Amino acid sequence: MPDQKWGPGQQTQIGIKANAEKLVVTMSKSEIDVPIRQPMEATIRILDVHKYYELGETRVHALRGITMDIVGGEFVAIMGASGSGKSTFMNILGCLDKPSSGKYCLDGIDVSSLRKDELAAIRNRKIGFVFQGFNLLSRTTALENVELPTLYAQVSKEEGEERAREALDLVGLEDRSTHFPSQLSGGQQQRVAIARALVNKPSILLADEPTGNLDSRTSVEIIEILGRLNDAGLTIVLVTHEHDISQFAKRTIQFRDGRVRRDELVVNRQTASEVLKSLPVEED
Amino acid sequence: MDLIAVARIAVRALARNKMRSTLTMLGIIIGVGAVIAMVGVGQGAQQQVQQQIAAMGSNILFVGSGTVTRGGTHMGWGATKTLIYADMLAILRECPAVKAAAPGSNTSTQVVFGNDNWATRINGTEPQYFDIRNWPFQEGSAFTQQDVEMAANVAVIGESVRKNLFAATDPLGQTIRIKSLPFKIVGVLAQKGTSAAMGDDQDDVVLVPITTLQKKITGQDWLRWIMVSASSRQASYAAQEQITSLLRDRHRIRAGQDDDFMVRNLADMADLADQAGGVMTMLLASIASVSLIVGGIGIMNIMLVSVTERTREIGIRMAIGATERNVQSQFLTEAVVLSLIGGAIGIVFGMGASYLITKALGWVVLISPLAVVTAVVFSMTMGIFFGFYPARKAAHLNPIEALRYE
Repeated sequence: MPDQKWGPGQQTQIGIKANAEKLVVTMSKSEIDVPIRQPMEATIRILDVHKYYELGETRVHALRGITMDIVGGEFVAIMGASGSGKSTFMNILGCLDKPSSGKYCLDGIDVSSLRKDELAAIRNRKIGFVFQGFNLLSRTTALENVELPTLYAQVSKEEGEERAREALDLVGLEDRSTHFPSQLSGGQQQRVAIARALVNKPSILLADEPTGNLDSRTSVEIIEILGRLNDAGLTIVLVTHEHDISQFAKRTIQFRDGRVRRDELVVNRQTASEVLKSLPVEED
Repeated sequence: MDLIAVARIAVRALARNKMRSTLTMLGIIIGVGAVIAMVGVGQGAQQQVQQQIAAMGSNILFVGSGTVTRGGTHMGWGATKTLIYADMLAILRECPAVKAAAPGSNTSTQVVFGNDNWATRINGTEPQYFDIRNWPFQEGSAFTQQDVEMAANVAVIGESVRKNLFAATDPLGQTIRIKSLPFKIVGVLAQKGTSAAMGDDQDDVVLVPITTLQKKITGQDWLRWIMVSASSRQASYAAQEQITSLLRDRHRIRAGQDDDFMVRNLADMADLADQAGGVMTMLLASIASVSLIVGGIGIMNIMLVSVTERTREIGIRMAIGATERNVQSQFLTEAVVLSLIGGAIGIVFGMGASYLITKALGWVVLISPLAVVTAVVFSMTMGIFFGFYPARKAAHLNPIEALRYE
């Protein structure tokens, strides 16, 4: 059933055209009467989100009315130049920051009205983060790094360790559980980070330039892991500035000047596994 | 997270930089150690005073001639000549609370044995003195009442005199000279040690019959003091009043005039000494506590540095789901663990210092369990108090900025 807030009649129309191959969202100021697709079990619903912040004496309008739906199982790549608002958007998406106005619903919960410690709980249970710089704790082992979110989730030590092992297994690093990050390669470290993001079985994985610090082959390996996870049903939102990487996702959203400029499905999507086979193996 | 898990994580975090953690703890270690040692010294001194006073019997009264020029514990008596032997007899006769009394006077002079001499106090008294003062003999016995009647030239010496004049020789039966007069030694007193209340060596004394002292040595016929024992500790207060009113009467002191004597109840003295000792202990502890506060400031300082260094880590933890409370308790626990471990080591350090003090200075040092517990509680409080500000700072970091921190 149509959600009242999403229908026509607003100042800026959102027209959605659905055809066999792509879903195009265009923003225009004219009235377009088009049928609207029902977002059913939408994992993420963003409605007219604005974000302002003070930079010295000026007030920066970083997000100027973002509206989107991300459904469970999607693999979204967010692209944009610096200053386009994509980082700000990711912070809000990841519940690290709250919108100045507008609504953000995650799994049916209105996140925009939560307190700080409630947001922390959401980050803990529903969201998994993967960063460009891996952000592992340097003087703890891989296993302990992966265990970290479970410590804040009020699970027993045994269960936390169990889950951590499973997660490390999932990324293929079960034999490196006692290694320290300094003893792991970049790709391995990022895999540990992915395992950590998965350990509390989140609804959505947010990856901010996950391949930024990796070479081309390792980048594809990491994307391959993300692809596998997505195939198994995990919703993934990826921020990247590399066009090649964005083509591994199923949907790309382009940000510019605080707005969504383009939102389209990926045509001729390649899977990472195919690409891997074609890449030359690095000789040590 | 339960307390044990949090504590374990805190210990691991501290162990990552052992040198820094140890140096930070140093302040607490020294502080706690100093407080324990100082309190130990104070309490040891107090106990010594009490033991000595108890050894003397708690129902003893000291009647001294002359007015008290200074208040309280120090007994400086003047040289009035109004206290006489007849006063003592009157006290025995007319004060029902009094059980026994011994007269006393003294002078300081050289005592000669063979080629050695030794400057000491010569006290003149009667045999009941030794009973009243609960002073046993290691050799021989006191002179007798007959000796007193005859003003015999006999003497009893204390352990220090024995050590300094006789060394290996047996003093019993030997003759010493006091003001060129020969005195035969009939007894050697057991060791009593330093008087904790007055600080002088109780064993550095020679006792002769009061009559001998007055007639042959000083030529003075008045008394310097009368040592009195009451029939019980309770009675000692009554005795004090009785003696005071009796002497005021005998010395014809009018109302409003000061006494020309003083009556000191040993029980009072014990309380006073205890109080003074308590004040001294408090003072020592307070001074030592200053170093404890400095130690606490040290902890706060290092925790602040630690928080800044670990800004990124805090950002990561917050991104992963740590609440402000999680972060705050993490850092607060580290501070508390630092101060608790420091406190524990400090206690060991304090005990060691106390032992050294005892060995080097011969003072009695008492480590009371109360002092130990107080030290532990105090150091934990320091940890909480001084760790609070850095912990709050950590908790209030903005995760987004923290993640960007280099």
